[in-house]
Amino acid sequence: MFSRAYKTIVTAPPLVWVTIFLIVPYALMFCYSFWSVSSGQTIVHSWNLQNYHELLRKPVYWETLLRSIWIAARVTLFSLALGYPLAYFLSFYAGRRKDLLYQLVIIPLWVSYLVRAYAWKTILGSDGVLNTFLQYVHLTSHPLEFLLYSPFAVVLTLTHIYTPFTILPIYAALEHIPRNLVEASTDLGATPTQTFWKVILPLSIPGVVAGATFAFVLSLGDFLAPLLLGGPSGIMISNVVVSLFGAAYNWPLGAAISLGMLVIVVNLLFLSEKLEKRWSFS
Amino acid sequence: MATFKDSLRTQTADSQGPANPHLLSIRNVAKSFGRNQVLRNVSLDVAEGEFLTILGESGSGKTTLLRIIAGFETANSGELWMGSERLDGQPPYRRRVNTVFQHYALFPHLTVEQNVAYGLRVAKRPEAETRQRVAEALAMVKMTAQASAKPSRISGGQQQRVALARALVNRPRLLLLDEPLSALDANLRRQMQVELKSLQREVGTAFVFVTHDQEEAMVMSDRIALLRSGELEQVATPREIYSRPATSYVAQFIGHTNLLKGEVQAGTVRCGAISWRTELPDGPALFSLRPEHIRPVQGASSPGAVRVRGHLLHQAFQGSTELIRVAADGGMVLTMRVASGSSLADHLEIEFSAADAVAVRESPERI
Repeated sequence: MFSRAYKTIVTAPPLVWVTIFLIVPYALMFCYSFWSVSSGQTIVHSWNLQNYHELLRKPVYWETLLRSIWIAARVTLFSLALGYPLAYFLSFYAGRRKDLLYQLVIIPLWVSYLVRAYAWKTILGSDGVLNTFLQYVHLTSHPLEFLLYSPFAVVLTLTHIYTPFTILPIYAALEHIPRNLVEASTDLGATPTQTFWKVILPLSIPGVVAGATFAFVLSLGDFLAPLLLGGPSGIMISNVVVSLFGAAYNWPLGAAISLGMLVIVVNLLFLSEKLEKRWSFS
Repeated sequence: MATFKDSLRTQTADSQGPANPHLLSIRNVAKSFGRNQVLRNVSLDVAEGEFLTILGESGSGKTTLLRIIAGFETANSGELWMGSERLDGQPPYRRRVNTVFQHYALFPHLTVEQNVAYGLRVAKRPEAETRQRVAEALAMVKMTAQASAKPSRISGGQQQRVALARALVNRPRLLLLDEPLSALDANLRRQMQVELKSLQREVGTAFVFVTHDQEEAMVMSDRIALLRSGELEQVATPREIYSRPATSYVAQFIGHTNLLKGEVQAGTVRCGAISWRTELPDGPALFSLRPEHIRPVQGASSPGAVRVRGHLLHQAFQGSTELIRVAADGGMVLTMRVASGSSLADHLEIEFSAADAVAVRESPERI
């Protein structure tokens, strides 16, 4: 239908874009991960598996990776625990206020990530809003130190930031459930609770899987929240990568960690898509 | 003389039958959505084991009435009784009423068997009993072979059967059916009408069936409740509703009819050029005259027949019969049904017996 030239002109820019900014960097990273750094701080272009060995040998790397996974898992869990009831309320009970409330869920996404992370810093700090309040009502005599610069602070902040990402797909999935199925369930004698567990929840699983994937993948790779609020005990794997590419000047090792992360994330996305397909019925 | 009151009298006679208390009594139910009055003062009784059809055009309120019985909507006023138990106020899951939905509403994530077992499982019936009853229900609707299929894998007619089995397996006292055949094509639809009716006889459960199709209502029902703009026009058996329509609306909605507007004076109806004896009081009167009750005059006139001359206007072939429009002297146009192939002169004399002109009430305007 369209001429060859036309197709070429239309498809060329995105192809060039993807090549320059995605394929080339990945290829470079792939190469770097098999190179090494000499004592003179120059990169030696000789192929070896030294970086991957080091990753497995030094506990600090995989411990940080495990901690990151653990933090991301908690963020996912809390985001779902907060997001599902809200999406459920929006979809089934919000009535005429539905659109307004939906907008209110989206609005926080317009605020810069950095602002939201800093906001938590002013809330959780030792002179912060929360500690001042706790002392004012005499629940504590001195500021609680564990609030800021801890995995707790990171999980809290990331949960706050990524909860909307779980609400939206769950809400969409709930909206797609034909309401006559809910009526059919009650008609057949199911109480509202039974209807929820037997009809609504199973039919909303694709949304839950999508939301969980968003929350997990985004928080697994996060480096700003741990940088600003994590302290030494809240370091995540991306912070390690940042320092390896920066101050430590060990690009090959950083590249190896990045590739490891990439493998994990790609597998997760694969799994997520499989689950969504398994649970969709339209 | 059959009137609207007669049909009501039949109803009250029913309600006093000692051996047959009403399964469901709808009393003075009214419902409005915002300013839109959907049902006004509807009272209706459903007898044990009866096939009752709620017939009406779209927007007549028939689906709303069904949803009130099921419990999905709450009436603004009025009461719902099932035997001695007050039904309104009970949530749908406590009512011993099941529904077959218009688009079946089968659970897409469950197999045919799991769909049918749903009601028994949520009621926590013993598993062995559940399995047996589900197997029986599937056999009854001839769906045993598809037991482990997902609803998306079976045809519309099959989904219809599964929906029926899923409702009946719970042994409801009353089954509600919301235009269950409207999504099927004409052939399958006729077949399902027969199947559904014989199934209803077999299980003996009372059915309340909602449809907009008068033919379907006539074929299947023990009684028809004709709903118009949120009010019942007539409740009667198909034969009675056809032969003795209570109002002009009923007469026109069910089958073809001629509506004759006349004036009664001292025991005689005058209607254009024709007149006949009546026992109605003086004043304006309206009559319904079915096309099959008018015939061309052949030879000697039958005694007591009303005759009028006219000429042929239009002839519509309908298979075994033809509908003939005749312009009668005096300006009236009458439709008459004759056997196909009857030879008719352009100018002819037609007749009908006065007894076949049924007095009906004028249906009031309602918005």
